[in-house]
Amino acid sequence: MPVLLEVDNLQTHFFTPEGVIRAVDGISFDLSAGETLGLVGESGSGKTVTALSILRLVPPPGRIVEGKIEFAGQDLLKLTPSELRKIRGNRIAMVFQEPMSALNPVLTVGSQVLESVRLHQKVSRWEGRDKTVELFKLVGIPSPEIRFKAYPHQLSGGMRQRVMLAMALAGKPDLLLADEPTTALDVTIQAQVLDLLDKLKKNLGMSVLFITHDLGIIAEHADRVAICYAGKIVELAPVRELFARPAHPYSQGLINSIPKMFSGGKDLKLSALPGTVPDLKNLPPGCRFEPRCPRALPLCRKYDSEQKTIRPGHLAACINPLNQ
Amino acid sequence: MRKLLQNPQALAGGIIILFLALVALLAPYLSTHDPGEPNLWAILLPPSSGHLLGTDDLGRDVFSRMVYGSRISLLVGLIAVGIASVIGIILGSISGFYGKYTDSIIMRFVDIMLCIPTFFLILAVIALIGPSIFNIMVVIGVTSWMGVTRLVRAEFLSLREREFVLAARAAGAKNHRLIIRHILPHALNPIMVAFTLGLGGAIFIESALSFLGIGVQPPTPSWGNILTEGKDNIDIAWWLSVFPGLAILITVLGFYLLAEGIRELSNPRLKK
Repeated sequence: MPVLLEVDNLQTHFFTPEGVIRAVDGISFDLSAGETLGLVGESGSGKTVTALSILRLVPPPGRIVEGKIEFAGQDLLKLTPSELRKIRGNRIAMVFQEPMSALNPVLTVGSQVLESVRLHQKVSRWEGRDKTVELFKLVGIPSPEIRFKAYPHQLSGGMRQRVMLAMALAGKPDLLLADEPTTALDVTIQAQVLDLLDKLKKNLGMSVLFITHDLGIIAEHADRVAICYAGKIVELAPVRELFARPAHPYSQGLINSIPKMFSGGKDLKLSALPGTVPDLKNLPPGCRFEPRCPRALPLCRKYDSEQKTIRPGHLAACINPLNQ
Repeated sequence: MRKLLQNPQALAGGIIILFLALVALLAPYLSTHDPGEPNLWAILLPPSSGHLLGTDDLGRDVFSRMVYGSRISLLVGLIAVGIASVIGIILGSISGFYGKYTDSIIMRFVDIMLCIPTFFLILAVIALIGPSIFNIMVVIGVTSWMGVTRLVRAEFLSLREREFVLAARAAGAKNHRLIIRHILPHALNPIMVAFTLGLGGAIFIESALSFLGIGVQPPTPSWGNILTEGKDNIDIAWWLSVFPGLAILITVLGFYLLAEGIRELSNPRLKK
């Protein structure tokens, strides 16, 4: 599969009066056509900022200070605003976490999807309307003609997220950035939307960057996983490999915190990772995970570990990795 | 809209304004005499069944003059505030949306305009370019847009951070589209309040200008100049001053009540 997106040493910092927050601090990964890469991490680990950086929509005082984002042979960081607009929504689309706030409350959902359609395709209002209704059908919205005239507050959470999906699919994108698309939904609806996403991905041949903090979703829906911690990717591996043989203690900790259905009667207690994410304004000099790490060595406090290939296709940034 | 009717203030204001609008529209049918026709046999008559609000020192029917004057007053108010709102919305949205230097420049300009006492500025400009209805409307309009600008800017400052703006941007929307289609509709409520309040203010300024003799010029009747002509005979003909004064008071009050009603409805803290 050809590489569609390549992010290399991306650094996005927020310049606040209290100091520089290094939200994304040297993230690198690549994404092939048709692949789903899961980006997993706690709140504040830089997942969303990474997605916004790809679209170059980092809100001030944030700024991309370094790195390269190559999409289909183009360096996105070198494009002019008008070139960027041709990519946004058209070739790269984004689905947001909270559809209620990402949809405009004063416009009907139909007119918002129609707008996305007409931004990227030269069609008349009526043709666009038909296309919008088709998109509604595609994402499984029942009686799409009636829903066309509904306002966001008149729809349920699941329907709203489907509308967001329809909006994102309007330009037939090559890459979908899904920023926690199911976090705001309850579990049954979550499953429906995820299955829908899988189906659409297969039928349309999109690549998906799936951002979540739920490893359970990743296990089922992603091909590869990147684990983020405090603005860096600590481990990047194929899904099965990561769950079977995690190399970074943080990944291990995350996996251990998933409730298991069959524990054989013992070990019923869930293990939680002690401590919290470090302050991004003054990071520890060594490994960022060292203060919370059960396998920390004295060396970890001094040197930040580089990403190393542990096995083919499996990268981890740890001096003392597991499962070697 | 239904809620607006349930609000006593808005309802009272609305009825007053509707009544005035009807009077202005139906002026030719309501007036009992030609508003410009002098009648030397009927000078300074007190209100009676023949002349509902009496006559002035040229024998013109005050009621008819006031009915026609309502047209001028409302028209001046509407157009002046229309001009001010258009300027205010454009400058305010640009200022609030783009921020940074654009915002600083526009806001400093607003500050400069606010430093100058508006009424004296209007007086000076009208004295310079000469009084006419058209000039008055334009001059009131271009000197009273600062409030709307600040209001719209403030709305935009908070709205542009909302996620749906980011989502629309992620879909590839251009800036002018974001401003007009996605953000402006949210600012409509405060703009309506400002518009209604401004109407009362503009009518008031027009009356004041006409009273000073540099507003609407005779023989065209406006409430302000009926009042002016009445002041010379105030000791013997009270009706010449009282009725136009009352009309101005009621109109301004009506607009203020309506504005207050809209404001109350759009303030979530006052909602039950």
